[in-house]
Amino acid sequence: MSLFDYKVSDLHELLHKKELKVTDLVEESYKRIGQVEDKVQAFLTLDEEQARQSAKLLDEKLAADSQKGLLFGMPIGVKDNIVTKGLRTTCASKILENFDPIYDATVVQKLQQAETVIIGKLNMDEFAMGSSNENSAFKKTRNPWDLNRVPGGSSGGSAASVAAGEVLFSLGSDTGGSIRQPASFCGVVGMKPTYGRVSRFGLVAFASSLDQIGPITRTVEDNAFLLQAISGLDPMDSTSANVDVPNFAAALTGDVKGLKIAVPKEYLGEGVGEAARQSVLAALKVLEGLGAVWEEVSLPHSKYALAAYYLLSSSEASANLARFDGVRYGYRTPDAESLIDLYKKTRAEGFGDEVKRRIMLGTFALSSGYYDAYYKKAQQVRTLIKRDFEDVLAKYDVIVGPTAPTPAFKIGENIEDPLTMYANDILTIPLNLAGLPGISVPCGLDGGLPLGLQIIGKYFDEATIYRAAHAFEQATDFHKQKPEL
Amino acid sequence: MSRISNDQVKHVANLARLAITEEEAEKFTKQLDAIITFAEQLNELDTENVEPTYHVLDMKNVLREDIPQKGLPREEVLKNAPEHQDGQIKVPNIMGKED
Repeated sequence: MSLFDYKVSDLHELLHKKELKVTDLVEESYKRIGQVEDKVQAFLTLDEEQARQSAKLLDEKLAADSQKGLLFGMPIGVKDNIVTKGLRTTCASKILENFDPIYDATVVQKLQQAETVIIGKLNMDEFAMGSSNENSAFKKTRNPWDLNRVPGGSSGGSAASVAAGEVLFSLGSDTGGSIRQPASFCGVVGMKPTYGRVSRFGLVAFASSLDQIGPITRTVEDNAFLLQAISGLDPMDSTSANVDVPNFAAALTGDVKGLKIAVPKEYLGEGVGEAARQSVLAALKVLEGLGAVWEEVSLPHSKYALAAYYLLSSSEASANLARFDGVRYGYRTPDAESLIDLYKKTRAEGFGDEVKRRIMLGTFALSSGYYDAYYKKAQQVRTLIKRDFEDVLAKYDVIVGPTAPTPAFKIGENIEDPLTMYANDILTIPLNLAGLPGISVPCGLDGGLPLGLQIIGKYFDEATIYRAAHAFEQATDFHKQKPEL
Repeated sequence: MSRISNDQVKHVANLARLAITEEEAEKFTKQLDAIITFAEQLNELDTENVEPTYHVLDMKNVLREDIPQKGLPREEVLKNAPEHQDGQIKVPNIMGKED
């Protein structure tokens, strides 16, 4: 039994009844890391000294003041593309190997206001480009359910650390599925909020019109609490939305009577494995049993999402990653004859292959003569994909399907062929293009490997997603299953 | 017919300020060609008169009060610079030859 088998609300109560100290929670984290990190390899940097010091301080605060916030004292892991002042932030890239941020991301400031304790920084695919964590320049995170398999990506460290019980919960980022797919592979709950719900200030940009930070947790309730803490308008991010942040936890009523679910036939068709399909059909039965109704619908442009996504995300990345030039921060080549030479060698030596591939694809799609044919075309297709969703969500409350076509694949299985690797994200990408929110919740095991149920909602209606996900979770036992390590 | 040639890949790498070897150019030509060929399925769709979506939310020109604020301290900013001298970031000769 681990302390992290408890929910946030239980731990909160134990802390306030003086049956538990923040120090105990933080020690639990590092103890578990000591036991399993050799196998899981989820962390790039640990912040032990600072975390222990914070824990002590928080225990003193709790002794002096009897009522603290819900997330007070909770140990959290943060994906390594979210900047943390004075705590190395690498994006799992050699080009930022020794980068020491001079400010905190807005979400990190919010974690501090909530008085959580940051345990360390989590591994990922380099610059969040990948679906397996194999693109990290530093280590390959393993899936806690089967160490020969990938944890998914790009937030693989974020999902694996939660699944392995190294932290209570974590933050990831999702550009094309990077929270939901690893959550699915590792059997945890991952939410990609509506674009604009959470500030991107301090998130190292990959594709600015698609990126969102979101929570990865053991339970839906914890997920709602963590999203609550990080949401809201931020003057430092002009794309953060000026909308109310509702009390997400209030939506967790367990009541889904009359909930209207749309099931896109494209999400259960070609390219989707039988196990994923069957687990979704079984989940729909559960939701039906709780009083929800579902119908098959069509999102006719789904199959074009992958192509549009790779053109758009790579184009945005090629611009965003231009800042890594060896001048102001990060790696610099030791032997450059001129400034241009410095840029070229620094970037050639500092970036991994996948990052280079996408920078080149994006540069090509934006280059003179190709812009209309590729970049603009993809933005137009994006409109069609967005309209598909809007049409369906005008008539239904949520859209349900699998998160990923298959459970976790073996390390090395897809690394040689970029297109096969990309196909892993066919079910998660469309929603990023539309900017919609979506969650992955555990919905079964296939040969001992977790599967995820994806629930997509209307713009800024994460509450209804949480309501459906929570009702499903409470009616099933999937979230109680844990990997043996 | 291939969508992207070896020379185009080298041109794109130059635009992106990436040094690449002959071997890499060959590998990336093959891979990028496959990806671009895949992406051309978008041409199956008629997108005439379809507005592009550059941004998903209905917001435009987000403005704020223009209040001067102190910048970051110089020593903080220079902390991550690979090379600096006299409070300034140092780079090699800018007028050097370009290949």
